[in-house]
Amino acid sequence: MEKMNRVNTISGRTMFCHLDAPANAISVCRDATQVVVAGRNIFKIYGLEEDGFVERLNLRVGRKPSLNFSCADVMWHQMEENLLATAATNGAVVTWNLARPCRNKQEQLFTEHKRTVNKVCFHPTEVNMLLSGSQDGFMKCFDLRKKESVSTFSGQSESVRDVQFSMKDYFTFAASFENGNVQLWDIRRPDRYERMFTAHTGPVFCCDWHPEDRGWLATGGRDKMVKVWDMSTNRVKEIYCVQTIASVARVKWRPERRFHLATCSMMVDHNIYVWDVRRPFIPFATFEEHKDVTTGIVWRHQHDPYFLLSGSKDSTLYQHMFKDASRPVDRANPEGLCFGLFGDLAFAAKESLMAGPPSVGDVGRKTYPGGDRRYPIFFFKKPDVTEQFAQVSSALSVFESEAGSSVGMDWFINTAQSYLLSGKPFAELCEHNAQVAKRLNRLQESTTWTMLRIMFSEPANPSLSTNHNLNKSGNLPLVNSFSMKEMSAALNERNKENRQDNIHSLETNLNNNDENEETEGSEGQAEYLFGDAELDDDDLYSMEHDNQAAEEPEYLLPQEAFPLRHEIMDHPSAPEPVQEKPESPHVSGSEAESMCLTPMESISLISVSQLLFSPHLPPKFFCPIVKEMLCYYAEQGDVQMAVSVLIVLGDRIRKEIDELTQEHWYMSYIDLLQRFELWNVSNEVIKLSTCGAIMCLNQTSTTLHINCSNCKRPMSNKGWICDRCHQCASVCAVCHHVVKGLFVWCQGCSHGGHLEHVMEWLKQSKHCPAGCGHLCEYT
Amino acid sequence: MDYRLGTQCQFVQNQVMVNSEKDRASLLCMKALANRGRLDTVSQQMASHPQYLESFLRTQHYILYMDGPLPLPYRHYIAIMAAARHHCRYLVSLHSAQFLRVGGDPIWLQGLEAAPPRLQHLDHLNKVLAHQPWLTARSHIQALLKTGEQCWSLAELVQAVVLLAHCHSLCSFVFGSGSDSDGTPTPRVHHGTPPGYCLCDAANGNTTLSPPPAGPTEKASRRRSLDSSCEVACLLEQIKKSQEEIKERKGDRLHSQTLLHSDVEEEEEAMFSADPSRFVTDPEFGYQEFARREEDHFQVFRVQDYSWEDHGFSLVNRLYSDIGHLLDERFRNVASLPFPHSPDLKRAIWNYIHCIYGIRYDDYDYGEVNRLLERGLKLYIKAVACYPDSSKTPLCPLSWGPVKASEKVHVNLLVMEARLQAELLYALRAITQYMIA
Repeated sequence: MEKMNRVNTISGRTMFCHLDAPANAISVCRDATQVVVAGRNIFKIYGLEEDGFVERLNLRVGRKPSLNFSCADVMWHQMEENLLATAATNGAVVTWNLARPCRNKQEQLFTEHKRTVNKVCFHPTEVNMLLSGSQDGFMKCFDLRKKESVSTFSGQSESVRDVQFSMKDYFTFAASFENGNVQLWDIRRPDRYERMFTAHTGPVFCCDWHPEDRGWLATGGRDKMVKVWDMSTNRVKEIYCVQTIASVARVKWRPERRFHLATCSMMVDHNIYVWDVRRPFIPFATFEEHKDVTTGIVWRHQHDPYFLLSGSKDSTLYQHMFKDASRPVDRANPEGLCFGLFGDLAFAAKESLMAGPPSVGDVGRKTYPGGDRRYPIFFFKKPDVTEQFAQVSSALSVFESEAGSSVGMDWFINTAQSYLLSGKPFAELCEHNAQVAKRLNRLQESTTWTMLRIMFSEPANPSLSTNHNLNKSGNLPLVNSFSMKEMSAALNERNKENRQDNIHSLETNLNNNDENEETEGSEGQAEYLFGDAELDDDDLYSMEHDNQAAEEPEYLLPQEAFPLRHEIMDHPSAPEPVQEKPESPHVSGSEAESMCLTPMESISLISVSQLLFSPHLPPKFFCPIVKEMLCYYAEQGDVQMAVSVLIVLGDRIRKEIDELTQEHWYMSYIDLLQRFELWNVSNEVIKLSTCGAIMCLNQTSTTLHINCSNCKRPMSNKGWICDRCHQCASVCAVCHHVVKGLFVWCQGCSHGGHLEHVMEWLKQSKHCPAGCGHLCEYT
Repeated sequence: MDYRLGTQCQFVQNQVMVNSEKDRASLLCMKALANRGRLDTVSQQMASHPQYLESFLRTQHYILYMDGPLPLPYRHYIAIMAAARHHCRYLVSLHSAQFLRVGGDPIWLQGLEAAPPRLQHLDHLNKVLAHQPWLTARSHIQALLKTGEQCWSLAELVQAVVLLAHCHSLCSFVFGSGSDSDGTPTPRVHHGTPPGYCLCDAANGNTTLSPPPAGPTEKASRRRSLDSSCEVACLLEQIKKSQEEIKERKGDRLHSQTLLHSDVEEEEEAMFSADPSRFVTDPEFGYQEFARREEDHFQVFRVQDYSWEDHGFSLVNRLYSDIGHLLDERFRNVASLPFPHSPDLKRAIWNYIHCIYGIRYDDYDYGEVNRLLERGLKLYIKAVACYPDSSKTPLCPLSWGPVKASEKVHVNLLVMEARLQAELLYALRAITQYMIA
């Protein structure tokens, strides 16, 4: 009752006064009527009146005050009204007695620390006990009746940033360190800390014991976090964590509010935040008055949660009223929006907003009313009486993308699965990919592939001897920068869509080449028409089969670049020479070196046998354009195109683009592929990449460490014989012979053996061949 | 090329033998050698402190090549500007070559006037930071960030500041360790060396393995500096005198230098290793005694009010992510280097350097500096920190002859890091003030 009365006597408003100099720390006396402000050039006591601060006393006396007056920290004794202690930047610990009759109130001076003292702390109940923590890594405990420290605690590390006596345990204090550690000490045992744990990365600037909960300690660090630790258990446990936007300089629990604490920052951010640690994402209240960083915060009275005092580098001292604080929650937007992997859109908003009748655009919308069972934590939070947050209940809507819509990512998956990246001659790869893109209605990409084929294919190659005239017409447009009019005119009939002129002429070239190949009895023309119209709606797989059947009847072993089933390949499939047409100089896209060599040879061949000048532009000519194009696609977010082209072009373009960019593209594409669980494609891409960093992705965590089945110790040398017990470790459970090659074993019972034996066994029996009774599965 | 690589490998091997326990250093050296085909002289010097070398290389690589708001040619150009302030030919030519390699416009290398105006604007900050960092003010930052066609963004500016400070302080190290090819006594060495022999390596290999060979000019100057009570004022006088001599010699030295470098890369570098003064405006602007200016309105910088750990780190890391941690590691590593003498001496050196730049520690008794540091060492430190300009002072550093080369490397590292931190503190404080206003 008495306590309540006393608290009630405190009244006031939000107010401030100018100080002469920046403040470093403030402290308030027990009865909450006076506040002391300390800094490099200021050391004053202000009275807290109803309508303003009144300067009571200037402790900074003398004509040229020594550095002993330059305070890093100050504390007013909570038992003894006249007693103050300061930590000086020069390493001195000073006590001040306001009851001294003369102007100089300095009582004791301890100069035992070698470096700046960062913090002083009086014992909450013991009158004469003072603790200090310094930059030199030592903490010292002083008995104010003696001239020297009574004990010294060595943190065995860098500087001490904060020391705090426990509110509840008489003998315990906590110290926080620059290296991120927090130590707990027993005041009676200066030889060794009781406990130590790493609380933050980087310095821990501050810590504060909870005024009521015995074991709770809040720490704040340069890593922008506030953490609450529970010390009452055997293992120190982090129970709450608040992420702020700047390094945390001070942290103070709010009186009478179990889960609230106030923080301020040392750099950049000038505001004071009060957090509910259970709601770590948004501050409960914010005080935004200061113009420079806040250096000291203190609750005016230890049982009154409504008054907060703060000092700042902007040379002001503020009293904040809690009712005047701004509440970020009120301004916060309780709406959330997120795209799913497959183009679905989830949207959460206040229920009141979502209550209206479904509007026109609500096709494919699923609504999960507040309290959907799948999100129990989020929506079904039990209302807590101590929690002062407004309960907001949200409705979650999920808009599923329609199949084939532009939002969906089907095209990505389809493209990824259907593109061929290696295993065929360059021109065919391009052709194939162009068809794929076209089928998926991605005309720009399709045209790009076609253009690439024209640019980098050896135009003269397949028909060098046979089709002389066609060959010429195929080459000339390139030289004349795509402006053969007759050809584009001819093309207009065939082309149904209206495109730009230059694309027309490109198509011209495409058709020229098609004709080239056609004369050899190849698939060119047929494939073109085929991709154009007939099978547009067919799904992927049948498409692929049809493709092969239609276009490559003479290929006995059609090469699937994307094996749909598991298949062990040591190397990206290099086509056997038999499959190659004898005239074709192209080698598979995966064979990098030969690729760049062969066309060069044939160039020289042409120029010698046919003309004295090169009849076409060298592929190199196009590199800048292609590079620009790749960058364009990557910028557009279509990293798939960029990477696919990069792989297919191989050495033709690789050197034009710097390694880092390539690596970046590869990483993004692989990341995307893995999100869509396109493991095979992703693996293919990794295998085909030429960046060191990417290629090694396949080699990470591929080592399997095994223990000997006899002596249970790790096997080091060979997989099948143990060095230590000289026993054959891996014996096949079926044939009882040593397995030296592929060993397959059950993850359930760890029995196994030769792959074929186990496969055969499990066809007949469901049980483990070793007879352990386990029901093994082989899939 | 083969020949040079051979010598370098030999050198690395030697090092392995000399300090076999420092496998790490040799590994790093090998790595660098394998990467670039050459081992830069600075790394060689630092190799005696592998842990430090690692963090140094990591920082350098990060600010020059990794994520950051500035385009790569800009970064190298800023490095050139910074190194040119101290006439550090070695760094200017190194970064000129790298500037071209990352696709910079060769025209820029004709001089500062040929560079884009945005970089020219940076010149003033560069000048101030290099010589009198305490003059760095909010107004400088404001002028650079003022919106307009040629304005800087805050993030870009912070990266530029880190680059400038890094290169300025690296100049000190290069100068202190004699890695700058200009620093070696010129004509004599050239005659005696076989073709293809690398000048930088000679300077380096010798200094790490044995005390530096003192040329006749050096000896003379040492005697001189011992005779006269060589105060800084007197030192400056000598600098002026020697400057004239050097100007005369410059012509033929350049010539001989181009002849020396045999391989293509070196040639490329040599082409641009001509006068760094093209990148410098107001060449008269140099270091001035801070103490003398104290009566003016320049206040002493109190570390207790703005320190790297509390303030600088948070700001720089916020505006240029991860650099804080890298720099932090560097400062930490240099602080934990094994020092043969007492930690007090190390602190004295560090604080003395900061004191030269007007940064004071409340909790330090500056009488200690005088007690612990002999005059020769003080002069050496001051020369390396404030006048790391081989075209001006071939005289002063020799007045301090440390017993061991490793000691010298250590002091050089301390100078470099302390200077780096000092410049960063001033620049970051100015940025903080700008942000508050």
